[in-house]
Amino acid sequence: MYTYDDVDQRLVEERVAQFRDQTRRYLAKDLSEDEFRPLRLQNGLYLQRYAPMLRVAIPYGLLSSRQLRTLAHIARTYDRGYGHFSTRQNLQFNWPRLEDVPEILAELAVVQMHAIQTSGNCIRNVTTDHFAGVARDEIVDSFVWCELIRQWSALNPEFAYLPRKFKIAVNGAAADRAATFAHDIGLHALKNGAGEVGFRVIAGGGMGRTPVIGHVIREFLPWRHLLTYLEAILRLYNRYGRRDNKYKARIKILVKELTPEAFREKVEAEWLQLADGPATLSEDDVRAIEARFERPPYQVLADATVAALGAFGTWMKRNVHPHKQPGYAAVSVSLKKTGVPPGDVTAAQMDAIAALADRYAFGELRVSHEQNLVFADVRQADLQDLWRELRALGLATPNIGLLTNIISCPGGDFCSLANAKSIPVAEAIQRRFDDLDYLHDIGELDLNLSGCMNSCGHHHVGHIGILGVDKHGEEWYQITIGGNQGLTRPGAPAALGQVIGPSFARDDVPGVIERLIEAYLARRESDDERFVDTVWRIGIEPFKEKVYGKRHQAQDHRRRQLAAA
Amino acid sequence: MASVIRHRTIVEDSWQPLEADPWLRVGESGLVPDFPVAGDLLVPLRLWQLRRDDLIARDGRLGLLIEGWDEPENFADALPRLQLVAIHVPQFADGRAYSLARILRQRHGYAGELRAFGDVLRDQLLYLSRCGFDSFALRDPGRAEESLAAFRELAAALRRPYAWQRAA
Repeated sequence: MYTYDDVDQRLVEERVAQFRDQTRRYLAKDLSEDEFRPLRLQNGLYLQRYAPMLRVAIPYGLLSSRQLRTLAHIARTYDRGYGHFSTRQNLQFNWPRLEDVPEILAELAVVQMHAIQTSGNCIRNVTTDHFAGVARDEIVDSFVWCELIRQWSALNPEFAYLPRKFKIAVNGAAADRAATFAHDIGLHALKNGAGEVGFRVIAGGGMGRTPVIGHVIREFLPWRHLLTYLEAILRLYNRYGRRDNKYKARIKILVKELTPEAFREKVEAEWLQLADGPATLSEDDVRAIEARFERPPYQVLADATVAALGAFGTWMKRNVHPHKQPGYAAVSVSLKKTGVPPGDVTAAQMDAIAALADRYAFGELRVSHEQNLVFADVRQADLQDLWRELRALGLATPNIGLLTNIISCPGGDFCSLANAKSIPVAEAIQRRFDDLDYLHDIGELDLNLSGCMNSCGHHHVGHIGILGVDKHGEEWYQITIGGNQGLTRPGAPAALGQVIGPSFARDDVPGVIERLIEAYLARRESDDERFVDTVWRIGIEPFKEKVYGKRHQAQDHRRRQLAAA
Repeated sequence: MASVIRHRTIVEDSWQPLEADPWLRVGESGLVPDFPVAGDLLVPLRLWQLRRDDLIARDGRLGLLIEGWDEPENFADALPRLQLVAIHVPQFADGRAYSLARILRQRHGYAGELRAFGDVLRDQLLYLSRCGFDSFALRDPGRAEESLAAFRELAAALRRPYAWQRAA
């Protein structure tokens, strides 16, 4: 866990005071709606369909039990008793009152939390691998680099009014668990021939209505230049990114319009002016940040042989992950129980999870971008006890990495941008695949669902992606297959899904997913070949045929749809 | 004369902005009227580019009006002769002026007065000043007094211990 120093603490307190005053002036009509908007957005506050939504920053997804208790308290006191973990590793409250938000931020500041830059056209919360610091394939502890970026980007005066939002992801392990190719900037730690640490810099990736896989802008950036290089990219984007059309304002469009080669040249030229400047990092700088991270005092243990049978065994297989420290394991707490909106947690659950974190996981937990929680440091000998307690709380669904571990945005039930609902669709699919044996037989599958083109549910990079679309006021769902969030295993790079054909009515979606699965099961070459591997091997045609029938049937489907539309 | 905020103090402004068009139209036809000999003259970039020598020959102080998207290379030669660079902010949420200010201060070493004018509001003053602006012509000059409080916000940021932290 990172602990603030006095200046960090003072800064969040001063930020609360600033926003309190801004809110007061807005309510007194001294500030217009337009003038207040970027100020409230940069403090995480949206004015939504039914009520404001407050997005609390959980920097790189790292959270202490004390902080989680405060979130539970806020959910009970100012909201309707629950919160929603988002794909940005943040927590969203859907029902606060605008007048209460300064007070909520003040309560957050007490436990070293804030909502700074969780929205708005600025550098957003930096995200990373939820196994940072414990993964066996670790190259660097990405938390340290994320914290450096957090401090550099939070309240950075130059980049508060960018053309559009800006998302940075850092991955510190061999496998890319941070979707670095789907971000405005992705940073992938690596070591050069001399064993020195640096970063592969990827830019211009992203989802939204124009999904793009990012381009490698620099193969190896020595770590000391990390911030000056970010500064160069951000400065170019701030100056030359499009401001005439918000749908063309993300950096991916600038990279595309310039071409990645020309963009790279400009970045390098700008960076030459900034390199070795004041934002250059020294070993002392990095060590000082590192020193503020408290690492768990591990016991010296040997890896245990845990007898994993029955339901516990199933959970062990899916929700328990290897750890670099012998005798320990990382545990995923599934927030994807059927019937509960993906990522939602009640205040009572938050308190209970905080208590479990204290007893089993050094008082610390992480939020994954798949909207689950992770206890990173659990003694293997404690796994069975922890499992029993999680199961009693409804948090031990053994579905991590499986089809029902659906990533979903809040959708039309809450969000004013959505074209269609997400949560009922996710639930209908979970109900269709409620047979655990079948689910486990299908194997690893990322199913991602977004209620609109903004792609908060990351549908473009789901092995199966579902996108809600509006057709003349009706909700329809377009399905893609073959997407992949990143190089999570060798030979399987980030990819965008391909649309299989015309979209479907909501009630048809679970049946379509079922037919896609049947097509896969009939054609996979082994149990190790995942759904997405099969799609890549044989292409999408066999899947289209299974869903739409032969070509004429597809046309017939389209005609019926047009008639309905 | 309008008031501006300069070095966090409200002052009456002596600068006289010149409209580009009448001067340029005459200038291009070859018949160029004289500039006011004395006084602080704030001129558009195009006028500087066309009448550089005449402007330098004047007695009064010289300032340049530029847009947030202007390229510093196009007026870098003027910087040593300028007492004021005034950057236009067309819309308060347009962030280009911030980067341009940093480039002028850090890369070109411009040390004179750097002013933001246009859609300049109280809640952007702090970040503008941290990027190098030291002078502000508010959209509503009548709100200058109440706006001074903005400079006292988030003061802890300046007390961060490490150079890289203060560089942001």
